[in-house]
Amino acid sequence: MSVDILGSLSAALAGGTIKVVDLTHILSPDFPVIVMPPELGQSAPFRMERISRYDAGGPAWYWNNLSFGEHTGTHFDAPIHWYTGRNLPLNSVDTLPPADMVAPACVIDCTEQTSKDVDFLFTVANVGAWEKEHGRIPARSWVLLRTDWSKKSGAAYANLQSDGAHTPGPDAEVMRFLVEERGIIGFGTETIGTDAGQAGHFSPPYPAHHYLHGAGRYGLQCLTNLDQLPATGALILAAPLKIQNGSGSPLRVLALVQERSTG
Amino acid sequence: MTEPPAKPNRKNPLSRTNQPLLPPSARSRKAHGLTLAACVGRFMLQCCGECGKYTYPVRDACPNCLSSNLRFMDAATGGTLISETQIEVTGDPYYRGHVPWRTGLVRLDCGPSAVAHLHGDCGGPGSSLRLSLQLDRAGQAVFFAHPISETPTMENDPQWRELTADPKDRRVLITDGRSPVAVALAKALGKAGAARVFVGVADGWKPCDERQALEAIEGVELVDLDLTSERSVQELAMDIGAKVEILVNTADHVRPAHLFEAGAANSAREVMDHTVMGLMRLAQAFGPVMRSRGADGAAGAVAWVNVLSVHGLSSVPQFGVHSAAHSACQSLSQWLRSELRQGGVRVINAFAGPLDTEWFQAVPPPKVAPKMLADAVVDGLRRGLEDIYVGDVAKDIEARLFDNPKAVEREAGQ
Repeated sequence: MSVDILGSLSAALAGGTIKVVDLTHILSPDFPVIVMPPELGQSAPFRMERISRYDAGGPAWYWNNLSFGEHTGTHFDAPIHWYTGRNLPLNSVDTLPPADMVAPACVIDCTEQTSKDVDFLFTVANVGAWEKEHGRIPARSWVLLRTDWSKKSGAAYANLQSDGAHTPGPDAEVMRFLVEERGIIGFGTETIGTDAGQAGHFSPPYPAHHYLHGAGRYGLQCLTNLDQLPATGALILAAPLKIQNGSGSPLRVLALVQERSTG
Repeated sequence: MTEPPAKPNRKNPLSRTNQPLLPPSARSRKAHGLTLAACVGRFMLQCCGECGKYTYPVRDACPNCLSSNLRFMDAATGGTLISETQIEVTGDPYYRGHVPWRTGLVRLDCGPSAVAHLHGDCGGPGSSLRLSLQLDRAGQAVFFAHPISETPTMENDPQWRELTADPKDRRVLITDGRSPVAVALAKALGKAGAARVFVGVADGWKPCDERQALEAIEGVELVDLDLTSERSVQELAMDIGAKVEILVNTADHVRPAHLFEAGAANSAREVMDHTVMGLMRLAQAFGPVMRSRGADGAAGAVAWVNVLSVHGLSSVPQFGVHSAAHSACQSLSQWLRSELRQGGVRVINAFAGPLDTEWFQAVPPPKVAPKMLADAVVDGLRRGLEDIYVGDVAKDIEARLFDNPKAVEREAGQ
C-alpha cells in the first residue's frame, strides 16, 4: 500500500479540510458530578490546590495539585466500572487496547425530543429511524446521543429532584440492541452518565452500564459540541489516563471532522 | 442610661483603618485560673481549702492562713463600689483609643477587693454591683462590673461591647447553609440585630432544602461557598472578606465509617476535607482580613465561632471519624485563636452534643435542637465567652473531662 494516508491526513488538518472538534468540558470545581445516597461512597469532585504561583512556594513556576474521582467531568468508563464487566480481559483503562481509542462515530440527534421531555428515552425505534436515513450503524463505532444537554449548566444540567435526577438516556432494549446487534464500541452522552437520570428503576438497572461493560464496551459522558459533528464520518480520539486498574478517567475527547465540500 | 447607639456610619474611604492594639496582657501562670473561668462565663476566685477565705490578686499561698491549698472556686458575684476613676489620659496605646474609660475599686461580697471595668450605668461609690470575669481583646481575664438591675440598652455600653462580641450591627457569615443549624442560626443572629447575615451554600447545582427558609429571613444573603474548594473560599473572601465581622463556621460532615472498613479512608478524607481542611481554607482566606479589622470602628471584626462536636474532646467509637475530625478542628482553632488574638478577634468554640438530625438518628436523647445551639452561640457572643458547651451531653462530658478524662474515654460507646 503506497498511499500515504497519514500524510494526506496531516495535509488536510493543516489545510483545514479536516477540523478538530473538542468534545470536552472544562474540568472545573463547579462541574456537577454524579451524586450517590450520602451513606454510600461518593466520587470526589474536581479540586485544585496551588503548589506555587511565582511566589515563595516556587519563585519561577506555577503549578497545582489536583484531586478528583475517576468519573469526573468529561470522562471515560471502562468495562471494569460495572460488575458485568469485572471478569473480562483488558477491562481497565491501563489495559485498554490503544486501537480502541480511535474509532468512528454515529451521532444520533434527539434534540427535538429532549427539548420537550427531560426524561426522554432513546429507543430502538429512534435507531431505526436514523439508520433509514444514514445507513446501518457500523460495528466498532461509537454511538453518540446528541441531546444538547451540554448547553445547560449547574442545577439545570444535574436536574436533581426529590425523586432523583431527570435527564435523558437510553432504555434497556436499545442498549442490548446496539451492543449485541450492532456491535458498537461504545456509547456516549452529553449528560452526567451514559444512563438516563431515572435508569436505576429500569430493568436491568442502569442498562447502558450493564450491557456496554458486560460486553467489554466503553462509555463516554459529559460530552459537549456534539452539534458540530456530522451524523456519520467523524473520527473520535478518546484516550483515558493510564491509571493502574482504573475504572475510568477524565480525558480530552477529540473528533476529526471532514469539512463538507460544497463544490 | 446608655445612649442607644446610632447605626454605625459607613466608613470614610479616605480615612486610615485603625490598627488593632491590645490591652496589657502579661499574666502569671496561676492567674490563668481566672482566664479559665472567663472563657466559660463563670466567676471564680482562689479559695483557701484550709480557712475557706477567698483571695485576690492570685497568689501561691493564702494571705489569711498561709496555706498553699488555694483552688479556683465559684464565688458570689455581688460587690460594692468603693471608688471610681474615669481615665481621660493614659500612656497605654490601646486605652488611648478608648478614653474616657471608667474603672473602679470594688469590694467583692466574697471578701477581697479588685479593680474592675465599670459599665456606664453603674452608680457611684457605695452602689451595689454585679461582677463577671470577661476576656479582654488580648484574651486575658478582667473584672467587669454591671449595674444590679438591667437598664435600657445596657448592652450598648462601649466598654461592654469592647469586652464582648455582640452581633448587633455586625455582619455575619454562616459558612454552611446546608447545615441543619444554619436556619436557626440565621434567625437568631437576625433577631440579635446583625446588620446582615451572609450564608454560604455549596454546590449550587444540587437542590438545597434550606434555601427557601433562609431566603425568607430578613437580612440574609446567600453566597456561593464550598469549603472543600480553595478557589471558592478565596473568591468569597475577595468579595466580602472585609465585610465579615463575625464568622460562624457550621461546617460538618458526619459519615459513618468503621476504622477497619475498606472504604473508611475515603470517608475519613471526605470528612477531614469538609471540616479540618475547610477550616484551614477559611482561616487562610478570612483570617488575615478579619485580624486587620479588629479595631475598624464601633462594629469592627470581633469573633470567629466554630461549631464543633463535643466528641472532638473525647472520641466515641460509633462516630470515630467525626470525633477525630473535630479533635483536629479544635487543635486548629487554638492555632487560629493565637493568630486572631493579635487583632483582638476572639475565637469561640461551641461544643455541642449530638444534634437532633438524621446522622444521629440512632443516638438516644438528649440531643441538641438547632435552635438551642443557635441561642447558645448568640449568648456566647453577647457574653464574650470562648468555650461554649451546648446540651446535656456536652455539659456532662465537659464536667467529666475536668474530673477524669480516662473515665470518659473508657466509658465512651458503652
